Amino acid sequence: MTAATYDKPLPPPNEESRPFWEAMKEHRLVLQKCGACGKVRHYPRPVCDACFSMDTEWMEASGKGQVHSWTISHHAFHPGFKGDLPLVLVIVDLDEGVRMCAQARDLDPEGLRIGLPVRVDFEDATDDLTLPVIRPA
Amino acid sequence: MWSLRDKYAIAGVGYTEYSSKSGVTVLDLATRACGNALADAGLGADQVDGVISYTFNDSVPAMAVATGLGLPGARYAVDYQAGGNAANLVIQAAAAAIEAGLAENVLCYRAMNGRSGFRLGGGRELTARGITQHTAPHGWISYPQAMAMWCRRHMIRHGTTSAQLGAVAVTCRDNAALNERAMMRQPITLADHRNARMIVEPFRLLDICLESDGACAVLVTGAERARDLRQRPVYILGAAYGGGPNQGDDLFDAIRWPDHDHNYSRYIADDLWRGAGVGPRDVDVAEIYDCFTYSVIVQLEGFGFCPPGEGGGFVQDGRIARDGELPINTHGGLLSEAYIHGLNHVVEAVEQLRGQAGPRQIDGAEIALTTAGAMTCGSALVLRN
Repeated sequence: MTAATYDKPLPPPNEESRPFWEAMKEHRLVLQKCGACGKVRHYPRPVCDACFSMDTEWMEASGKGQVHSWTISHHAFHPGFKGDLPLVLVIVDLDEGVRMCAQARDLDPEGLRIGLPVRVDFEDATDDLTLPVIRPA
Repeated sequence: MWSLRDKYAIAGVGYTEYSSKSGVTVLDLATRACGNALADAGLGADQVDGVISYTFNDSVPAMAVATGLGLPGARYAVDYQAGGNAANLVIQAAAAAIEAGLAENVLCYRAMNGRSGFRLGGGRELTARGITQHTAPHGWISYPQAMAMWCRRHMIRHGTTSAQLGAVAVTCRDNAALNERAMMRQPITLADHRNARMIVEPFRLLDICLESDGACAVLVTGAERARDLRQRPVYILGAAYGGGPNQGDDLFDAIRWPDHDHNYSRYIADDLWRGAGVGPRDVDVAEIYDCFTYSVIVQLEGFGFCPPGEGGGFVQDGRIARDGELPINTHGGLLSEAYIHGLNHVVEAVEQLRGQAGPRQIDGAEIALTTAGAMTCGSALVLRN
């Protein structure tokens, strides 16, 4: 699908997030890591909140994590998602010590629990956009 | 910590009709609410020299309202880029500005066509700009979805139940039934809550606040001046604003918050009570920010009305009803009166402390708590008559 026919919100990558989205297109999950103290952070941002260094590196993430919380959305809130309801939305504690959110795939809503092992997978949404999704570990 | 105990007072409150379609501009709403607050106080516009508001790109700036009111000498104007978290901050800021000599009489307002115009809960701007590029593309777009994640965590950690959420919804509606300006006045039962449409688990329709067109305004002045005006002064006993670490890039962003089983209230409670010189047990009526039913439960814990995790039990058995141990949201709250982003809670607290709340009046109310915010940052006031 091209961006022209895609009816969901498209992320406009900026100077901070572009490496994240570029890696997504290659089906890789990358995270920011402070070049000075090594603290990992997400979402992408310009400064390390531990040591205030702006020296930023990107690291390959394992994609492994655990469910932190979740909700099942029966309302779309945006017309583009009406055909996808219900949405299972998950916040994941990644093994790298940061959280991210994404839609779940193949996760039984009844079986969801805090701490459930999961992994990050990738779905091509358009020719230029790949989104992370969460699958059972 | 707040060091201005009893030095400043709310001398006037004003509001417009609350509706789902005002049919007028936001500037009209804002100007009308401010004018009503001045009339309530018995103060002329020529005496007002400060205006403070908060906006989510859905309102009009303070200078426009100053112009609309014909203020001859506005010398203090602030527009906070904020949501309900700032509903009490604006009043704290008004008192601080007067203390600093920047103004003498300050109007605070919140105005929005929140249903017929920009719908804050309806999907923000339906874009994925800025920090929302990491949520919106997944369909995670609106506050009910975000808060549901917090509530889920609280339910699992503490055993909080949907019936306990329902107790908050029923209480607010019971109060709204006695409030002529409330948008939703038809009483509901726990069964109505249980059978309401599921929107975003665990929230049903009745767990989520209204969307409203309307405006509220509050006039803050020195205690001495307030005593010369038309209404009984309502003194600002305590005020606090803040939150914990990692408050996020905007109100929606709480991805780094330490744990979603508690919110800002835990972090500002000490400041609030120490500044006010009273504690939770002294509160006669509490207007708790209720964008969601769950938000009330977690703030009752945070502000010390019960231990962490016990807010669900606290709201049951009539404890938060008008004749209960801690009457809450006597106007109906955001859930049933209107969503004026928390400033309507201040209006209600003032009316309660003046003894002007009619059929919903809490007898002998002397000390009121108002809170504002539900997530990583917020504000609160302790008021007395």
